Amino acid sequence: MSATTAAPTWTKMRPKQGALSRLFDWKPFLAFVCLLPAVGLLMTFLTYPLGLGVWLAFTDTTIGRSGIFVGLENFIWLADDPIFWNAVFYSVFYTGVATIGKFALGLWLALLLNQHLPMKSLLRAIILLPWIVPTVLSAIAFWWIYDPQFSIISYVFVDVLGWRDTNIDFINTAWPARWSLIAANIWRGIPFVAISLLAGLQTISPSLYEAALLDGASAWQRFRYITFPMLLPILAIVMTFSIIFTFTDFQLVYAITRGGPVNSTHLLATLAFQRGIPGGQLGEGAAIAVSMIPFLVFATLFSYFGLARRKWQQGEGND
Amino acid sequence: MATVSVRQALKSFGTTRILHGVDVEISDGEFVVLVGPSGCGKSTLLRMIAGLENISGGEIAIDGRVVNNVPPKDRDIAMVFQNYALYPHMTVRQNMAFSMKLAKAPPQVMEEEVQRAAKILGLDALLDRYPRQLSGGQRQRVAMGRAIVRHPQVFLFDEPLSNLDAKLRVQMRSEIRELQQRLGTTTIYVTHDQIEAMTMADQIVVMNGGRIEQAGAPLALYDKPANLFVAGFIGSPAMNLLPGEVTPQGFRTQGGALLPLPPGAPPHAATYGIRPEHMSLSDDGVEGTIVLVEPTGSETQVTMRLGETVVTGAFRERVQGRPGDKLRVLPDLGLVHLFGPDGARLPG
Ligand SMILES: Nc1ncnc2c1ncn2[C@@H]1O[C@H](COP(=O)(O)OP(=O)(O)O)[C@@H](O)[C@H]1O
Ligand SMILES: [Mg+2]
Repeated sequence: MSATTAAPTWTKMRPKQGALSRLFDWKPFLAFVCLLPAVGLLMTFLTYPLGLGVWLAFTDTTIGRSGIFVGLENFIWLADDPIFWNAVFYSVFYTGVATIGKFALGLWLALLLNQHLPMKSLLRAIILLPWIVPTVLSAIAFWWIYDPQFSIISYVFVDVLGWRDTNIDFINTAWPARWSLIAANIWRGIPFVAISLLAGLQTISPSLYEAALLDGASAWQRFRYITFPMLLPILAIVMTFSIIFTFTDFQLVYAITRGGPVNSTHLLATLAFQRGIPGGQLGEGAAIAVSMIPFLVFATLFSYFGLARRKWQQGEGND
Repeated sequence: MATVSVRQALKSFGTTRILHGVDVEISDGEFVVLVGPSGCGKSTLLRMIAGLENISGGEIAIDGRVVNNVPPKDRDIAMVFQNYALYPHMTVRQNMAFSMKLAKAPPQVMEEEVQRAAKILGLDALLDRYPRQLSGGQRQRVAMGRAIVRHPQVFLFDEPLSNLDAKLRVQMRSEIRELQQRLGTTTIYVTHDQIEAMTMADQIVVMNGGRIEQAGAPLALYDKPANLFVAGFIGSPAMNLLPGEVTPQGFRTQGGALLPLPPGAPPHAATYGIRPEHMSLSDDGVEGTIVLVEPTGSETQVTMRLGETVVTGAFRERVQGRPGDKLRVLPDLGLVHLFGPDGARLPG
């Protein structure tokens, strides 16, 4: 026997795969399994209520009585309903004016906060307050502010400054009520816009402004040619969200005016609730809710195609 | 084209003083390189000349006009930033034309200028691309194009090559130099790389800790460094700087090596400086022990120990030794630099 023996030959062998293991290696199956929990959740909590809502819109269900399929009857009925059209008008008006207000003020605030200010982080935290407070709470605050007798604004103008003799009418006639609600919505929406846009502003490299300064740009030109175009992508996303939230707003209006006076401040969401739950006409309420869908789809498409990713953000060649 | 004078410039951020009275004179058409270690205040000085930082004291004049209170856009300068600062949402053409657009230049003039600059820089085919779609070297060129189209009196460059790879850096180095010679525009160029400074400059200004250590032509700085800092900073591999004292036998380093002194050496010399390339292998030299041999092909760098003192030599010959072997080296006595106890160069 020699001292050194030949090393035993050893070839690496792949262990045999079991059937189950092979199944899990099969991409389509694996993808299906991985998606299952998410799909399940979405189906239960999103698709089912949405589907049910859409189905209800085509029935004459009322509370306590399951209805039958009535086709487009609810919609035909709504088409002749001036209160519905008033709600459509006010929803669009409310969304439009509030969005413009929120973005004008929010952008202005974001630009201010992007400067070097003392106690910058404290200011930023304070700015967020209106948004952190639960909507119902701030709605109640506004309800109080807009109160015909106890309004603090009236108090200031009448008793402190003496500029007026009578209290201001905020929510007792149609147009003042509409504007008052819009003001409340703007107040509540500014923080979200300002903080999101501030995040966008902070991604713009300061050296771009320096380069523009040397290129001879004035403050307005720096905003017009640098800040604004570079902010556009994030502006688009924030605006889409803001439009959707504003259009589907419910709490502020319901808590302050409940759609009144004389249905003049109903949004589609409050009207749908009013008709469906207190009014008991589930089918009709659902139809009003469903009629919001086209507006929302439009808002999403607008941002997707109109404002979203620009060519300059993409890395690939363009030729 | 213009002269630039910086007189006793001071700069503080809050209570921290960054520049302590800096003087620089730049003549018309000169290529001046500000060089120094990171954080010494080069960019700050450049940005003060550009008008992006205010001047805490002293004055800066461009073409004889004091510009302390002149806004950047009226100083007639163009700057190339380290990160290029190209406008990402504009094409190469729009980037280059932006300053002219703001100045409301007629479209055909803008197009002509852009085409001319693109031709000089070889960007013709890329005019409709966005910065994202360009390589580092191409972005660098666009940044230069943006400066060229303005025909400024002064070009400012802040470490423009530090984001490029080594090969491209060498290439762009000569391109920038060539371009400057063609246009004849006064240029101030900031870098921390002394090789860039040596190869590009008409005048080098060496800065350290917010002060100017020495200003002069590259070879003047190499041949006669004014102090220990410049001696150690300029030249690669760096000069051997050996503290010690003058004795009747020669210069005795703190490590115990005895080095020959040139005749008439000042007796109070405290540091002995010799560049690696100014040492030669010689049988009547000082004996040392090899620590490391690094052949680069054209020459061989040898790190060795003379007594306890470690010195580097660069020799034309191929050195065959291994660590631990002995070898004898001789400093070229005509090229020895001696510095006093305060670090200043001693004449001789
Ligand atoms: N805006 C600033 N605020 C405070 N300190 C600054 C500012 N800019 C630069 N410094 C300081 O000034 C010194 C010089 O900076 P800089 O000029 O950028 O150096 P470098 O020579 O590397 O270009 C550094 O110590 C830096 O920390
Ligand atoms: Mg710097």
